[in-house]
Amino acid sequence: MIAPLRILAYIGNAARGWVGKSRGFALGIRYYSRLALQTFARVPLAVKNFDITTSHMYTLGIESIPLVTAIAIFLGSATVTQAVYQMSGMIPLRYLGALVCKTTVTELAPVITSFVFAGRVATGIAAEVASMKGSEQLDAMSVLRLDSLRYLIVPKLIACIVMLPTLTIWAILMAFAGAAFTVAVSVDVTMYTYLSGMKLFFKAYDVYVGIAKTAVFGAIVAITGAYFGFGAKGGAEGVGNATTKAVVVSAVLILVFDFIIAVMVM
Amino acid sequence: MLRVEHLKKHFGNQVVLDDINISVDRGEVLCVIGQSGSGKTVLFRHIIGLMFPDGGRILLDGQVISSPTTKTTDFDRVRKRFGILFQGAALFDSMDVGENLAFPLREHTDLTEREIERLIGESLEMVGLKEQFKAKMPSELSGGMRSRVGLARAIVMKPEIMLYDEPTSALDPIMTDKINKLILSMREKLKMTSIVITHDIGSAYEIADKIAMIREGKIIFNGTPGEIRQSRNPYVQEFIRGERKSHYALDNEEDYASSVDITKLKQRSARPRQAVATQQGKADGSTGNIAEKKFQMPPRPTTRN
Repeated sequence: MIAPLRILAYIGNAARGWVGKSRGFALGIRYYSRLALQTFARVPLAVKNFDITTSHMYTLGIESIPLVTAIAIFLGSATVTQAVYQMSGMIPLRYLGALVCKTTVTELAPVITSFVFAGRVATGIAAEVASMKGSEQLDAMSVLRLDSLRYLIVPKLIACIVMLPTLTIWAILMAFAGAAFTVAVSVDVTMYTYLSGMKLFFKAYDVYVGIAKTAVFGAIVAITGAYFGFGAKGGAEGVGNATTKAVVVSAVLILVFDFIIAVMVM
Repeated sequence: MLRVEHLKKHFGNQVVLDDINISVDRGEVLCVIGQSGSGKTVLFRHIIGLMFPDGGRILLDGQVISSPTTKTTDFDRVRKRFGILFQGAALFDSMDVGENLAFPLREHTDLTEREIERLIGESLEMVGLKEQFKAKMPSELSGGMRSRVGLARAIVMKPEIMLYDEPTSALDPIMTDKINKLILSMREKLKMTSIVITHDIGSAYEIADKIAMIREGKIIFNGTPGEIRQSRNPYVQEFIRGERKSHYALDNEEDYASSVDITKLKQRSARPRQAVATQQGKADGSTGNIAEKKFQMPPRPTTRN
């Protein structure tokens, strides 16, 4: 009699825990959505302090160029090497350029660049906001009647929305350069054939979609960093947790929205 | 001027503020003292509108500014009348001292840059800092300097009521004295009403017109510095004399105090000293009176392996 009761108690506890987690998840989505709406509603106010936005464009965007360049070059090289291995014996190598171009422009460059950007920027925003919260700087802003969303998050949001697509264009070019170098050095295909292949199924629409969706990813990175920064609790450990969650959730949301956008536009 | 009436706040089942009643008149300095965890900071956050009560209300010049139904946007109307110095000064790390001071002026006034510069210079001078400090980043400043810059930022908007959250808690005695003198000079120069949250009884004696003592969310004393010295409340006396009884360091001191027989505890703590004194007395042939002997640690108990 005791064993079935224990099993029932275990199931009951598990169900209660699951309900609690689901409720927390639903509340999290609600707060996240509210934060996103409140931040976007304040975007027009950024005009008055646009110098803050431009400085963020530099620190979040321009300073990411070396990292993005290195990753994009190796991304292009790895794509060519993998493509040659997968195509060998089945698909003629004159389609190598087409495959590299399509995958790089539509998926690899936008998504990988966004991941790199999230790793650098979402963590930075979360850490900054969380440490400001811990040192009462957010409270100081409130009592000085300074809107923390307007001065802290909106400039970063705009910088992310503008700079991530810009970095993606740069990443696509660098990936093409890395791919071309690899083709020239280690693949048994002439540069003419490779470049002809690139033009074979090229559609400008793919480029527009690939770049435009990174504007959405940029917003995700900024809002997610802010969400976990504002929600941080408890000193250095809280800052660490906030940064970890910010980068993980940013990466997941980037892939979720990548899928949604793909379904919508393709 | 500012009156807190029957203020109540709880977090879950824990009552943090329980029927708080205090008031401060124009130009007065009120010190709210109490142990860590007594509810001082929660009271401070209610007064500055960062929290709202579950019961009771706060009135400013007879008008309710905080009650259970008040919203943050409602409080924003009176927020400019308050100046706040946070415990660690809460300077904005990404801005230099000048920008920290100029930020609220640029956002809330139509002053020209020249006028803003003049006001910044005045505020810095008032807290005893030179204009050269404007270019320094907060990370380059010592604790005392940060407090002064925080104070300069708070007074640059010319508030009517100044709140200080433990302004001297992390400072050395000399800097503590300077900050205390600054608080008094702010009152004299700017005719400001001040509320100081502190656990430093020395500072409270130096600056306060009135002292309110908070313990476990309740006001247990409210009066002048002279009156608190005469208080017959044993807890107040222990606090102001700085006596540290072991049971006051515990969270549930009532339970601990009732479970411990203080007489036995005193006897037990006296026993090793007597033993040492007696042993020493036997050895050197003296009386063994502990008052005549230098202090000596009791022998360590041997441990068994």
